Amino acid sequence: MPKLKLNNVVKRFGENTVCSGVNLVVDQGQMVCLIGASGAGKSTLLRCINLLEPIEDGEIFIDGEDISIPGRNPQDVRARIGMVFQNFNLFPHMTALENAMLAPRRVRKLSKSQLQPEIENLFERFELADRMHNYPDQLSGGQQQRVAIVRALAMKPEVMLFDEITSALDPQLVGEVLDVLLQLKNQGMTMVLATHEMQFARQAADKVCFLKNGKIIEEGPPDQIFEAPKQVETQNFLARALK
Amino acid sequence: MVKLISIAAASFAFMATTSLAGGHCAADKTLTEGKFTIATGNPAYYPWVMDDAPESGQGFEAAVAYAVANEMGFVAADVVWVRSSFDEAIQPGVKNFDVNMQQYSITAERDQVVDFSVPYYTAPMAVLVGAGATDTAATLEALKGLKWGAVGSTTAVQKIANTVKPTNDPLLYGDNADVNAAISANQIDAAMFDLPTALFLSAVMIEGSKVIGQFPSAESDNADQFGMLMEEGNSLKACVDEALTAITENGVLASIEAKWLQNTTGVPLIK
Amino acid sequence: MNNTKAAGQTRREKYEQHQRRRSMLIAAASTILVLAALVIFVPMAPGWEKVQKSFFNAAVLTKTFPKLLDAFVVNVMIFAWSAPAIAILGLFIALARNAKSPALFPLRIFGATFTDVFRGVPVILTVYLIGFGIPGLGLPRPWNSPFIWGSLALVLTYSAYVAEIFRSGIDSVHPSQRSAALSLGLTELQVLRDVVLPQAVRNVVPSQMNMLIALQKDVSLLSFIGPVEIFRQAGVFKSLFANFTPYVGAAIIFLIVTIPATRYADYLMARQMRERR
Repeated sequence: MPKLKLNNVVKRFGENTVCSGVNLVVDQGQMVCLIGASGAGKSTLLRCINLLEPIEDGEIFIDGEDISIPGRNPQDVRARIGMVFQNFNLFPHMTALENAMLAPRRVRKLSKSQLQPEIENLFERFELADRMHNYPDQLSGGQQQRVAIVRALAMKPEVMLFDEITSALDPQLVGEVLDVLLQLKNQGMTMVLATHEMQFARQAADKVCFLKNGKIIEEGPPDQIFEAPKQVETQNFLARALK
Repeated sequence: MVKLISIAAASFAFMATTSLAGGHCAADKTLTEGKFTIATGNPAYYPWVMDDAPESGQGFEAAVAYAVANEMGFVAADVVWVRSSFDEAIQPGVKNFDVNMQQYSITAERDQVVDFSVPYYTAPMAVLVGAGATDTAATLEALKGLKWGAVGSTTAVQKIANTVKPTNDPLLYGDNADVNAAISANQIDAAMFDLPTALFLSAVMIEGSKVIGQFPSAESDNADQFGMLMEEGNSLKACVDEALTAITENGVLASIEAKWLQNTTGVPLIK
Repeated sequence: MNNTKAAGQTRREKYEQHQRRRSMLIAAASTILVLAALVIFVPMAPGWEKVQKSFFNAAVLTKTFPKLLDAFVVNVMIFAWSAPAIAILGLFIALARNAKSPALFPLRIFGATFTDVFRGVPVILTVYLIGFGIPGLGLPRPWNSPFIWGSLALVLTYSAYVAEIFRSGIDSVHPSQRSAALSLGLTELQVLRDVVLPQAVRNVVPSQMNMLIALQKDVSLLSFIGPVEIFRQAGVFKSLFANFTPYVGAAIIFLIVTIPATRYADYLMARQMRERR
């Protein structure tokens, strides 16, 4: 059974159809990279998966369970899916540690003393132990993004979504964040990434999907997509993107 | 010859009347030559002025005003009424009146800043209570326990503090209307006014209220003396005083008081 | 080559020092001129002596100041119990106006009506209507006290303004904060309480300080319905002495309190502006 399955997902904003019938299968432990131009619908698709946006039509399954039934309480699903954003979105009034501890305390209902060792461990694993008590405005972009990843991991998600998480970073800081992604992949996390980092996708992804106008035009293993794209649109996109 | 004499007589008579008109004393001393400008409150209350229309001469202060004017040689048509507040009366600068007449109590402190005429009325202070306290005894003892209110700018404030010495701090208000509202809302039990005002308020303005007593006016600081207020150093004061003394001595003032303020008897004295 | 700090100044330092000296001289000279004009020319006005006696009378000031300070305690008390009530009610109204769930629609309407009414009616009218009107319905003592209902009038009015400021604060928190919080599995209520409100409140503290300062002064409006606070006490003295100096005394006491508060509010605003950049 696939970990995550999208069936004909349609998302509209008013007159604008952003996702027009997307089909996607992600197996447990797979890393799937979504590539495509801005406005192709990558971000919106991710926001539909963790129910930040309700879908107009279609179904979304996690472990075979339909999580997209209208009116279903989204909260427990969101606790199982972690998301990291392009602009980090750390809570500025809390330290890095507090950022990470907030949701587990509220949702998993653990006390601070029960939780703290576990979270501190996470920070250590990602070499952020010395930054735990800093506020976001005291951290570099790369550090903030890594804290954002730790914050999402603190909820012990089954699937992680990454929405162009390196696009807002200075080039020399991108590497440390990509390293974290590799670390996660090696630990067996199921990951869906919207990304412009073509090199990274080529090296690390199990599957690459090219989106245009809200549809997956072509998908396949990275070798196929990057070396021998079948569709004209894919070829055109890659020609510009890889220049 | 006859023509000459009659012309002379006519012009003599004319001169006599013109010299009387505008007042021999008050000449060159009033705001507007030939006119006597009096300020009163806005609105002016019964029984001091009836229907807020002082020009009618109806009401105790309106009547006294016209009597004094007449004594000073002004005809009724030469009396001009304006409205003013106490603040306007005491602020430095040019005034828009010759005298201001609004039940102003003569006090030593005020006298240092403004001038008062000789008193035209001695008003005992009276206690007005609301419907819930009408059976309070007319004794200082009983009055102490009431919740008091007063108009903040009147001498009632000091009287309450010095004579009644209530156990509860009084509440103070901007004007009579607000004191009435407070009595009607049962926020205060009692308020102190000059007797005629108290009787008026009780009869007309506050349902169920009663004037339960007046302070014996024999004690000097229990009765207010009203005087006409003037700018400090106003040379008109001498003329006004002369006129007031005249109408006091010839009984005109007493008859005005009897006409407008006669129902002030029958209110028990406070022990 | 680069470090000229050792001896002498760079030509730019020399120039700036010269400019600074020049501006200080000009500032000093113009200040002295203005002060001299005030001190020399104002007293030459014909009415000055009377104005001085009437408004700036030292004898009256010394006589009345102690009791004015006592009366000011009443202002402080009223402020002290009104301000927290305003903060709480204001936040509640802001949240009511922002309620999104359809079940809470009546609350939205209530919130909107509340802010329209109490921002629309002059405070003094509200004080009169509530301060006299409600006790007039026949409440027993002490429940009809003007302190209670006058303070309530202040609380209702100021809550309306404070609520709108809170609302703008909530709106100023970027929606991405909400997205991030929701995607962690927090409920709407938890998002509001732990993520949005802490930021919203911090954002509007400088504006709310201005409201506090305005409240300090509007407490005097309760003088119209009975309480003997500083404005009323000054009025009693004015009438007693036929002199306006007590009002000047009251103004001085107000300034002693509001100037530090205004400076502090300015400081908070400036700091916030700096942080935004």
